[in-house]
Parts: sequence; C-alpha cells; structure tokens
Amino acid sequence: MHRPRTTPFHERLAPLNETGIWKHWAGHLVAPQYQASLTQEYYAIRNAVALLDTSPLFKLRFTGPDARALLEQALVRDIGRCPPGRAQYTCWCDPRGFVEQDGVVMHTTEGEYLLTAAEPALRHFRELARQRGLPRVEVEDVSTDWGILALQGPHAHEVLGQLTDDAAPLRPFQLATTRIAQRPVTISRTGYTGDLGYEIWVRSPDAIAVWDALVAAGRGHNLTPLGTTALKMARVEAGLLLLGVDFQPSRQCWVDEERDTPLELGWEWMLRGRGGDPREFVGREAIEAERRAESSRWTTVGLGLDWRDYERVFVEAGVLPPHHELYAETTMSVYRRGGREWDLAGHIGSFLASSLLRRPIGLAKLPLDLARPGVEVDVEVTVIRRPCLVRARVEPLPFFDPPRRTAPVGRSAP
Amino acid sequence: MTKDRMLDAIVIGGGHNGLVNACYLARAGLRTVLLERRPLVGGATITEELVPGYHFTTFSYAISLLRPEVVHELGLVEHGLMTMPLTTTFQPGWNGEHLLLGADSWENFHEIARHSPSDAEAARDLGRLLARCSRALKPWVDRIPPDITSDAPEELAARAELQEYADRLAPDVREMIERMMASSAAEILDEWFETDLVKAMYASSGIIGSRCSPHSVESGLVWLFHKLGDYDGVPGQWGFHKGGNGGFSQVLARAFEAAGGEIRTDAPVARVLYGDGVAEGVELEDGTVLRAGTVVSALDPRQTFTRLVDPADLPTDLVTHLREYRFQGTAAKVNFALSELPVFPTLGRREDIFRGFTNIGPSIGYLEEAFADCRAGRFSRRPFLDCCVQSTVDPDMAPPGSHVMSCFVMYAPYHLAEGSWSEEGPRLADTVEETLEEFFPGFRDLVIHREVVTPLDIERTIGLSEGNIFAGELFASQLFLHRPAPGWNQYATPIPGYYQCGSGTHPGGCVTGGPGRLAARRILADRALPLP
Repeated sequence: MHRPRTTPFHERLAPLNETGIWKHWAGHLVAPQYQASLTQEYYAIRNAVALLDTSPLFKLRFTGPDARALLEQALVRDIGRCPPGRAQYTCWCDPRGFVEQDGVVMHTTEGEYLLTAAEPALRHFRELARQRGLPRVEVEDVSTDWGILALQGPHAHEVLGQLTDDAAPLRPFQLATTRIAQRPVTISRTGYTGDLGYEIWVRSPDAIAVWDALVAAGRGHNLTPLGTTALKMARVEAGLLLLGVDFQPSRQCWVDEERDTPLELGWEWMLRGRGGDPREFVGREAIEAERRAESSRWTTVGLGLDWRDYERVFVEAGVLPPHHELYAETTMSVYRRGGREWDLAGHIGSFLASSLLRRPIGLAKLPLDLARPGVEVDVEVTVIRRPCLVRARVEPLPFFDPPRRTAPVGRSAP
Repeated sequence: MTKDRMLDAIVIGGGHNGLVNACYLARAGLRTVLLERRPLVGGATITEELVPGYHFTTFSYAISLLRPEVVHELGLVEHGLMTMPLTTTFQPGWNGEHLLLGADSWENFHEIARHSPSDAEAARDLGRLLARCSRALKPWVDRIPPDITSDAPEELAARAELQEYADRLAPDVREMIERMMASSAAEILDEWFETDLVKAMYASSGIIGSRCSPHSVESGLVWLFHKLGDYDGVPGQWGFHKGGNGGFSQVLARAFEAAGGEIRTDAPVARVLYGDGVAEGVELEDGTVLRAGTVVSALDPRQTFTRLVDPADLPTDLVTHLREYRFQGTAAKVNFALSELPVFPTLGRREDIFRGFTNIGPSIGYLEEAFADCRAGRFSRRPFLDCCVQSTVDPDMAPPGSHVMSCFVMYAPYHLAEGSWSEEGPRLADTVEETLEEFFPGFRDLVIHREVVTPLDIERTIGLSEGNIFAGELFASQLFLHRPAPGWNQYATPIPGYYQCGSGTHPGGCVTGGPGRLAARRILADRALPLP
C-alpha cells in the first residue's frame, strides 16, 4: 500500500496530532493544526514558544569556486553582501523579471551556500550555470539530507539557550554552526512569523535527538507544536508573502496577469543599493526598465479593514461578525473609493481576522496611486451570500513587529 | 509638576475604569491626573509577584466583557493588549466523573453526550440562543442609559428608541432575555438539561460574585450578564490577559501616559472640594490640594457619595437609594503557587484540562448547600471554586515547570454571624485546600505558597465596600436604569463637575471598561468636546 512521504520528525509529530487531520506539503505529511484550538497554537508564537517542522521545503546546496558567481547572477539580492555566517531572504526571477520563487539562502562557510525553496529548482540553477558559463559550481538537491525546525516566539531563546551558547550572539539573519544534543546543527535567527525565532537545520538521522532536546528544554515554557495554519496566520501579521497564495512561480503561470515582478510584490527593498551593483542577475534589465518607466501594474501592501465598518455590515444583516480563527487565502476584491461604484482596483490574497490586532487585515495588490499608507479603499466582504463594502486603509508592513524580533537576546539563565 | 499648572480633570482611583476614563479625558486634550491610593494602579485588576517568579492575579483573573470600543478608541493594541484564549472548561464531578469541554464543538457534543445525548443537543441550541441574546443586548450595554426620572424630550426619545429596539428583537431572543431577567438559573436549566453535572456547569455563571444560589430569582440575570462578553468575537467566551489582569491595567497606564496623563500613586484622596456646590478639586490625605473643574470618582457608589463628599449635601432620594444599594460581598480568593500541576485521577497528568476555568461545584445541590452556609452567616464548608491556572497559558506567570492557580471562592459572606475574618480567613483557605484535595488527591503537597483574600481584605485593600467585586450586586434593581440610583445613572452627580465612572455605574462589574468609557462620553459632551 502506498503511504505518503514523511519528514524526519514524523514519528514524534504523529502522536502529538490531536486532530487526526493531516495534509500534504510538497508530498509530505504535515499537520495543519495539532490541537482543536488554532488560536492557542497561534498565541504560542506571540506569548510562549512554538515548534514547527518545515522539512518539506526543497533544499539546495551550492559549492565550488563558481558558487558565488552563480548566485550573484541568479538571485535578485546581492549574495556578495552575505558573508559566511549570514543568511538572506531573497528571490529569483525569469528573464522577463517575473518572480519564480522566494527563499532563504544561508552562507554557511566560505563557498558553501544552502538555499530553501518551496518548489523544485535544481534544474533551474544547473541550467543557469551552463548558460552563464560557470562550470565550477556543483548544485545538489539535499532536501532529504536535512530536517528543518522553526522555533518561534518570545521564549525561543530561553529554550535554545539551554542547549547551546552559540544562539545568543545571533542577530537577525545571522547563523551559527554548532551542536545540539551532540548533533551538528546550523542555527539561523530567521523565521516566518515576524517574531523572535530561530530555524534549525539538522541531519535527518539526528532529527529525533534534536527534536527531543528542544521539547525537553521547552517544558516549562509552554512549548507548543505548531501546525501550518497558525503559522500562516502569524505570517500575515508579519507581512510575509506566501508562494502559491500571494504570488505564483512564473513558470507555472499561463498569462502575465498571474505573474508578479519583485516591485509588484512590494520587494523594492531587495533592489536597494543596486547603483553600485554591477551584477547581471536574471531579470535585472526588465526590472530596471519597469522601475524607470514606473510601469508596475500594481504593488503589494497591507490593508487594515475598519473594524467598526466590518462590524456594521454584519450587524445590519443581523448576524455575528466573524472573527475567530478566520484566515482565508481566497481572493477578495478591492475597490477604488469616491468615483463610480464598484470600481475594481485590486484584491486581497491573504486575509486574517487578527486576534492580536483585534481587526481584520489583508495582504493586497493595488495600483501604485492607491498603494500609499493612509489611502482608503473598499474591500468586498460577503455577508449572508451578498457582497458588502467595508472601508479599509493602506498600512505599512509589517502589521506587527515586536522589538524582540530584532533585539539582542541575553545569555540564558542557568 | 502638575501641581504648578492648571489641571482640567482629576480621576480618583486607578482601577481599570478610572484608567479607561482618564485615557479618554487625556486623549480629548484635558490635562488629567489620576490619583491612586495604593503604590500600584489597577484596583481589582492587578497582578502581584508575591513569591519571586510567581505572579498572582490577586483579585480579578480573566477578561471577557471588555468593550471592543475601548480597545479601538484608546489604541490599546499598540500599548500591548494581548488576551489569550481559555480553551477548556473543566467540571470535575464525583468519583472521577467529569465534563471536559474544549475548542472543538463536536468534541464537546460527544463529551456531553456521554452524560446525556439530549443535553448535548440542548447545549448546542442553548449556546446559540445565548450568543444571540448577548449580541442583542450590546446596544444596551454600550450606551448611556436613559433617566427614568426625567420627562425631558431627549429622555423620552431614548426610552422610546430602546422600546422600539426591544420590540424588533426576534421573539425567541426577547423571551429568553425576559426569562433570564425574571427567573432563577436552575429553573431555566431544568427546562434544557437533565444531567445535574451539566446544569451545575452552567449554573456557576449565575452565582459568580453574587449573594444568590442557582435557585435564587436573581441568578438568571447574573448568568446572562456573564455571557455579555466575548473572546475574539465568540460570545460568552473568556480569555487571559498576558501577565494576568494586572497586565491589562499596565496597558491602560501606558496608554494614559502616552496621551499625556499623569499617574500619582500613594496619593489617597480625603475629599472632593466643592465650595459653592460646584466641583473645584480634591484634597489628599496629606493635605495637598489639587484643583480642577472636573473631578471623577472611580470608586464605588458608597465611597463616591458618602466618603468623598458629605451626604448631607446630596438630595435625600439619592441618599436613601444608596442606603438600600446592596454590596454584601460573598466571594473570596485563595491563590496558590504550585510546584506542579494538580492531577485528576481519571484523566492522569494532563496539562490541557487546566487551560481554562476549572469549576468545582459538581451539582446544583452542592451549590445550594454552599449557599445555605452563606445564609447562616458562615463561609461554605464545601465551597464553589472557579479555578484558573494561568501559567498553563502564559509561561511568564510562574517559573518553568511550576504554576500559579487562582481560586475564586464562594460563598464567603462579608458579615459573619460569628467570629471575624482575621481568624476565619486561614480556615477558609484550609477548606479550599481540602476541597481541592478531594478532587485532586495530593493537591496539598504541591502548595508552595497561598494567598487568602477575604471580603474584608477586598474592602480594606482596594476599597470595594463590603468586598463586593462588582461595586454593588448585579441584580435587576441595581442595573441599567438603577445603577447606582434612578436619576443618577448617567455618570453625573448632584454636584456639577463631579462625576462617577466606577463599576457601580452602568454597565456594571467585571473588566468591561464600559463605565469608564460612558462616563467620559458624558463628561466630554458636557464640556462640548468632540467624542472619540
């Protein structure tokens, strides 16, 4: 009988899943939630510490004298600014400047890079190495060699600090190669929650030992296994986009309307400092032209719905305004205000009735003239099968950015 | 120093309603000082580290009725507001029997169905009906109530508007609300449920903090009142604030200071000054005089009208009403620091059962017996307990691996027939331990520290008369049109410029912020300042 693929942590995860519900992530079993209360898992990220298995991500290893040159030409952000011991959130594009994927690249030791990706990309990078005449780089898919855990939340350091002293000095996007429970690990101060947190790469055969060590250290800190749904709720507050939801890999799209450039995803910051950056990375020319001509079709912004208006449309219909555990990846239309009625301007791709922020928020694509903080638009909300308009305001991202995310952490208490 | 400049407003009492009121006044641009007698603000909404590492919610311990308007209008999220879900309700019964309800409605259905399939279905239907009742009452809760003693056109219009709203309610909702206002919780529960354990779980909401039993006619309304709030938009649900309820007061204090307000602690007020019958300021117990044209009392009605001012200066009908206004505190707290979680034998070592309220009160009869003791002028030999282990939700409440447990205890009458609370307090705590030991064998061995808070302690420490946690009973005769007295239910007092904003005003007790907010609306309207 066929069984779906599992991650190296699965034998520990399986008994923790109180719901019995599993789904597939890149062909691996993962738990959308472990307990009945999604909110409890969500608050573990904001109040205690949550532990998440992200092993189904694709993992690529780049080595050899041309590794750096390949990544310089492949990735939108300048890998030259990522010395050994650092990581970078980045993306890569097709030659027309449309985004293929996003991912985190770690420069582990001089000349060795590890990159995560939601979709396969081995052939893509090998192809590029050939095209650009870079024979002295080896690109390997090391996906099954490693397990990855994300340890996220205000108590993340108190937990990790019990197991290693090497996490304490890490600033955001720094990494350390060290040991946990005598097993070699690579720890980066990164995550997908917008909170204090770390990601830990461990060799697959060592996965269980490291999991057990983290869980033991987390006892007393309310360490909570985190499913993918609560993670996705948190990432909306953090203003982080999700491939497959907020954007699609260019090569999977049928038409350009489905594609986004980095500028259209609000990643203008990734291109900063390109004046003195001579790299001819894939898509650069198109992106520069788009910048010069200000021809972006839209950009991606935060939208905060007016809570009173949101309440009103439901109360007027005589029903309870839905808030609790409301997270949606369905398209909600956004309309321009003040002109003609139902003047479609863009859409929300990720929507969350944020329990922490006490209001509904969304990640939206809007034309440039509307994409300024403070601009008001209308969002279409369905109330008992009828479309209703709710006032919303463009807000800077992230919606939630606690100082602890970037603050130095103290050495752990004994 | 504020002393040297002119003040616009003085708020007396740093309970959460005083803080809410002060926030509104400061945000409206009034130079506002808040005076608190104790070294810390929060009143009954505080968290204290009584043992290093162990944070006790000395008095109030959970949040549900906090008005969303307060949260948004004061921007409390920016100042650190964070309430976390209480995902379970645990109702131990006898001989290992229990009800354990959680976040999944179908799991809950099957859990209740173990006891009675009919009750399981009834629980779903009742839950929906109560949610609709709660929603229906929101406009009442969030407005300044009409004055039934006045025939002014705007008062007549307000009354007509409310009547019209009531007439438009769905018949089943209106009937249920009327029913709960006029009947005992037990009587209503008998119509819905057949299992005693299930009835007892619901009935506990009908007695909380009130001198009534499940069979008392007042308990229906007390139950309804406790369902008026929500957690994350889910009616009737409760949550824990980060850092305990004191964490919430700190959020308000930050919001107030960010709006330019000044908090003075250790600043007990001796009296309100009102030469020529108009509020002029306050005199502190140390003789300091602060002057402002607006003075707001966040204290309870007895303190507001008989201690801070001379009742001889007030109309006799108000004084008569206040004499009849019932405080009669009947609740105590016993808070524990625990080395480990208690164990309920048939469920084994499970942390999840404590991530919410644990109700000790396994039958209606148990609650009635507990009340019989109260009527006889003594604390209950087997008390009703509403317990919370906040450290299972918030790891910062206790050192890793250990816990804090807040136990709300009923009944504990303020007026004892014999003896005094100084002797009875430790006995009450022993009784609470014995009771917990019965349900969680080995409980006593887990106790690192305990704190006893009798009704007398509540009165002495935070000034709530007779230790009533709501600043006056939540009975129909003391709510809405009558809180604290007919004609004086709109936050003003007979002394122009002197206002009231404590839980003794509409909408009443619990951490709602409603009185503080509505009083601020009244004050700002009187000063012709824009409302938020």
